[in-house]
Amino acid sequence: MSLMTWIDDRFPATKVWNEHLAQYYAPKNMNFWYFFGSLAMLVLVNQIVTGVWLAMMYKPSAADAFASVEYIMRDVDYGWLIRYMHSTGASAFFLVVYFHMFRALIYGSYQKPRELLWIIGVLIYLAMMATAFMGYLLPWGQMSYWGAQVIVNLFAAFPFGIGEPLSIWIRGDYVISDATLNRFFALHFLLPFVLAALVFLHIVALHKVGSNNPDGVDIKKVKDENGIPRDGIAFHPYYTVKDSVGVGVFLIFFTGVIFFWPDFGGLFLEPPNFEPANPLKTPEHIAPVWYFTPFYAMLRAVPPMFSSQFPGVIVMFAAILILFFVPWLDRSPVKSIRYKGMLSKIAIAIFVVTFVVLAWLGMQSSTPAKTLLAQIFTAIYFAFFLLMPFYTKMEKTKPVPERVTS
Amino acid sequence: MSIEEGVDLKKRRFLTVGTAVVGAIGAGFAAVPFIASWNPSERAKALGAPEEADITNLEPGALLRVKWRGKVCWVVNRTEQNIADLKTLTDKLADPNSEVPQQPPYAQNETRSIKPEYAVLVGICTHLGCSPTYRPEVAPADLGDDWKGGFFCPCHGSSFDLAGRVYKAVPAPTNLVVPPHQYLSENVILIGVDGGAV
Repeated sequence: MSLMTWIDDRFPATKVWNEHLAQYYAPKNMNFWYFFGSLAMLVLVNQIVTGVWLAMMYKPSAADAFASVEYIMRDVDYGWLIRYMHSTGASAFFLVVYFHMFRALIYGSYQKPRELLWIIGVLIYLAMMATAFMGYLLPWGQMSYWGAQVIVNLFAAFPFGIGEPLSIWIRGDYVISDATLNRFFALHFLLPFVLAALVFLHIVALHKVGSNNPDGVDIKKVKDENGIPRDGIAFHPYYTVKDSVGVGVFLIFFTGVIFFWPDFGGLFLEPPNFEPANPLKTPEHIAPVWYFTPFYAMLRAVPPMFSSQFPGVIVMFAAILILFFVPWLDRSPVKSIRYKGMLSKIAIAIFVVTFVVLAWLGMQSSTPAKTLLAQIFTAIYFAFFLLMPFYTKMEKTKPVPERVTS
Repeated sequence: MSIEEGVDLKKRRFLTVGTAVVGAIGAGFAAVPFIASWNPSERAKALGAPEEADITNLEPGALLRVKWRGKVCWVVNRTEQNIADLKTLTDKLADPNSEVPQQPPYAQNETRSIKPEYAVLVGICTHLGCSPTYRPEVAPADLGDDWKGGFFCPCHGSSFDLAGRVYKAVPAPTNLVVPPHQYLSENVILIGVDGGAV
């Protein structure tokens, strides 16, 4: 009796391998945009490994945090590399996830029966944002400090007298302090494991319904005599090998940034964060890291109403939560942008421009002209989602082929 | 014959639900210590003690920073001109008469202070908690010709006059907070405790 048989009698190793890799049939026409799911997993592993290593040398206290990061950078062997892998990895994570989400938007990967798959994905995005936000406080630089101050104060905007106690409870103090740093460190360590669990659920849901593809055609409709989709190919070896090429190309860019441009011109590591946190002085210009700036621009765009900044906070959170409803906002009979009408194509193009412009605006200091611009683009951002039921319904779609196109 | 025969299903269901509800209440109580441990500790509360500010050397037009409850507090010595300018701004302010209770009753007046020349303010923007920059100069290039001196928040562009009153159409919804304070002597202010009107 072979070792594998011995194991399979006690643990479904071969069964799982076949069901999810060797006999998991993915559409044969998956293109460039399909690299980013596996790349996101790679970056998550990078973040967990480098993060655990950083935690071995980092000290989560207001007195020691900034100095311990400098210690890692200057005195620990390869400490600089591990930290730059982590800081660059954070930005890379959001970049690949934004590409991954864009892919889902253009090919209708959220449509029935993949609604739950999409919702788990949005939860992953939320968990990523929480993890990134808490991690950003840890270097205890000026931007860490004031960024956290602003975001925690968002909760203080809640009305009915619960806002202020809520923000004090989150901080454990009246301002961002040692207590806040300590608990954010613990949560920043915990959340990636929640993230990994959500990724597991994401894949379970994906393998239940099967991968979508650029044509949005259901490959399970046409099967051969063995019950295998004619347009499907085994994930392993075909896509594992293809993805390894994607990984290679990704690593060229990723290591290029780590070695030659780790602060990415102030986008990945912001200049004020090279100065220790000072509770008495806000830096001249503060902005969150680039991946949060679209939402930050929307927060700033909304003027106070009824002596409260709560409406701005609602708009910002609504901008994220509206993603949950996309599967039901899209009323198109077809999935892929290839067969949708002109209106959908224009809408997605405007949406991409809007997201980039908002991201840029979120990095700028506010002027009346830029605030007006942010207000216009915030309206367009929401219009993309709220008008989706109408433009996807009224436009003329093209006929979808029976089989995937090559 | 069914195995269920002779079983009182209603009673079983009652006991199942009852057990689940009692268990949920127990879990709720067990969560209390974990949630309460996030409140400010006794040490953090003790650090909220009042703070003295000595203004002997504070020249007209100058600003002094004091830390109270970990927050920055400002004491500004306003010039005669500054005080006169405050009255000219009424139309541009969101709450010129300080009707929103962002100050103790003894500071709800034209200068939002006990003594007209000294402004005592919590230096934290009422929008999202950044610390605004002190901009005492009149009509600087970036703030426009109508600027009579005040505070400008670099984070989101809120502006306040030298009494901490918020301008209209900026992100901050309310005036800056005037902390409870009192004069211990001519030149010493105690921030954090009310002394009543002087």
